[in-house]
Amino acid sequence: MSNPVASRQRILGAILTATESVAKGAAQRAEAYAELPRTYTRQGRMSAEARIELMIERLREYDAEVVESTPEGLPAAIQAQLAASGKHTFAAPSGLPTEWLAAGFNWKMDRDLANAEIEQVEGVVTASFCGVADSGTIVLHHSAAEGRRVLTLLPDWHLCILYASQVVETLPEYFDRCPEPPALVTWISGPSATADIEMTRIKGVHGPRFLHVILVRDQSKQSTLN
Amino acid sequence: MSHAATDRPELDPRLAAPFPQAAAQTLRNPQLRKNVAHAIDVIQAKRGRLVAEKTDWQDLRAAGSAIRAHVLENLGFYLEQFEERCTAAGGQVHWAADADEARRIILDLLRQENASEVIKIKTMTSAEIQLNPFLEANGVKAYETDLAEIILQLGEGEPSHIVVPALHVNRSQVREIFARRMGLENLSDDPKALTNAARTYLRQKFLTIPTAISGANFLIAETGAVSVVESEGNGRMCLTLPRAMITLAGIEKVLPRYQDLEVMLQVLARSATGERMNPYTSLWTGVTPGDGPQRFHVVLLDNGRSKILAKPKERQTLKCIRCAACMNTCPVYRQTGGHAYGSVYPGPIGAILTPQLMEMHHAQTLPFASSLCGACYEVCPVKINIPEVLLDLRAAVVNQERKQGVRFFDPMYLGLRIANLLFSRAWIFHAAQFFGRIGAKLVTRKDGWIHSLPSVGSKWTQTRDLRGLPSQTFHEWWAARGSEPGKEAK
Repeated sequence: MSNPVASRQRILGAILTATESVAKGAAQRAEAYAELPRTYTRQGRMSAEARIELMIERLREYDAEVVESTPEGLPAAIQAQLAASGKHTFAAPSGLPTEWLAAGFNWKMDRDLANAEIEQVEGVVTASFCGVADSGTIVLHHSAAEGRRVLTLLPDWHLCILYASQVVETLPEYFDRCPEPPALVTWISGPSATADIEMTRIKGVHGPRFLHVILVRDQSKQSTLN
Repeated sequence: MSHAATDRPELDPRLAAPFPQAAAQTLRNPQLRKNVAHAIDVIQAKRGRLVAEKTDWQDLRAAGSAIRAHVLENLGFYLEQFEERCTAAGGQVHWAADADEARRIILDLLRQENASEVIKIKTMTSAEIQLNPFLEANGVKAYETDLAEIILQLGEGEPSHIVVPALHVNRSQVREIFARRMGLENLSDDPKALTNAARTYLRQKFLTIPTAISGANFLIAETGAVSVVESEGNGRMCLTLPRAMITLAGIEKVLPRYQDLEVMLQVLARSATGERMNPYTSLWTGVTPGDGPQRFHVVLLDNGRSKILAKPKERQTLKCIRCAACMNTCPVYRQTGGHAYGSVYPGPIGAILTPQLMEMHHAQTLPFASSLCGACYEVCPVKINIPEVLLDLRAAVVNQERKQGVRFFDPMYLGLRIANLLFSRAWIFHAAQFFGRIGAKLVTRKDGWIHSLPSVGSKWTQTRDLRGLPSQTFHEWWAARGSEPGKEAK
């Protein structure tokens, strides 16, 4: 068995020798990094309304179901989505707002639910961290209201709540909203899919096969220019 | 040279047939060519549309290229930073100098977990180190979970592409494999039915096998995080449900900061599968109590990479983010498919990466497996100048062969030596022209064309005609023309 410490030294030594002529000291490295060309689009130029419309359009292109709601109407909108699903048992992250837990359904709150228990529920309702309109992506940071990663993975049906104020136009704008890099992140762009057989896109392989989004209009349509 | 006579292509560059031989074989397989061409046409059309809508595409490429180049120039620093932060977050980092060491580290870790089975996220790096057969031989059954990898594993095939490894297999072939290996006689060849069969086949494995192996798309130095980009959710299953997780990553996979993903994620999916974003991208940092595997290991693999790093021109090979856009656009790959390259890394990037990973001891025909048309450079999201590296490697191969004295009597080398002599003195050149014209007369037909040349020359005229030599050379014409400007030579 080779010596792992020796391998570490050997590899780092080889790298150091290989980059001797180009590697920089701490200050110069930071400077070189800061000067990397970043001329790509950071800030989107769309109006708030167009941004939301684009987000909805892109989500629908991925076969996600999208409905809109007002902040006041959200509990009723959730209730309607759950009822329309024909399902009864839903999982919820421990931090999900209690007014979202619609009456008349069997709720399993995630207080360390075992994987086998989560596998048995029919759907899950969660909050989200951000929506990126350009690619129709929903970003989860797995906070208490977004849930542990397994929660949005095993159930076949995922209802995700996204506020208009959480929607950005470009991916760089999402990163601007992360003052501290999060430890856990999942970027979701539509339900799971594969194109491994003759490049035919098939919706739903292992992750949830059904993604539903309620877009909550918490910004008035008048304040469209930002 | 030993290569098995079976249908299973040999992807160990040490054992694979030279490219021209292997390509001649795959070119005779019309079904394979049809499957490859169909898949590539679909990806290319989608990629073209989505790249065109991105008005800042060239800016993203420039940024992607600069970030990756910066990482490689400061690789030692960023790797140590990654190690420190990943360890602080509860992960354990191991260093493997070569394939053998990586395999043994992974086996040791699996033994610590008492694992007799392991679930795997698609990782070409594990194919590079031939991990599965090694684990099998040591009593650990590895289950691939990516749909394409299942097709290959159950069908005992080999990957022919780095993003869609089974693109050479069509639906009826998949149906046959699944029906036979999963015992589903009445399975239809509808991709939806086939995908469902895979979902059912794997569900219990995801829920019960407590150890997983993954590759990595990116390592984040700033935070010690690992990122995996995928479509099906098999990756999320493997990196969320098990108790222990082992990630195998090439040392070049690191990025300085979390924010650098704003470039990489924008270019990767568009280049790889022609999507604005792939369905799932996951990022995790060490161990998170209550969420995901509670024991986490990263194995950093060198296996020839630090040697590539040492060469200024070849270094850019390591900028690669494995999107496969170069193979999708390559006119050679389109015809031959991936198996002809005799490596898990086919196509233009494989043609420069494989021989270098083999430290130029094997796969020396690959740098010649290109028309140098430059399409690969044009589509590369991190601007790897593949033609430039190909030319450099060609020179290296020629120098190597010249030094070794092998192929001394090879017609090409012989021809080049003769050409070298002809061009060295004017009088030799003129004499050659004189005798060449006499010789050419013997093979030039009445229509002024040479339709077939004897001996080695026939290789040229097999597929094209050659114009006969003119009766007067340019020099002769110039001399006869006289010194007066404007006066035409007779």
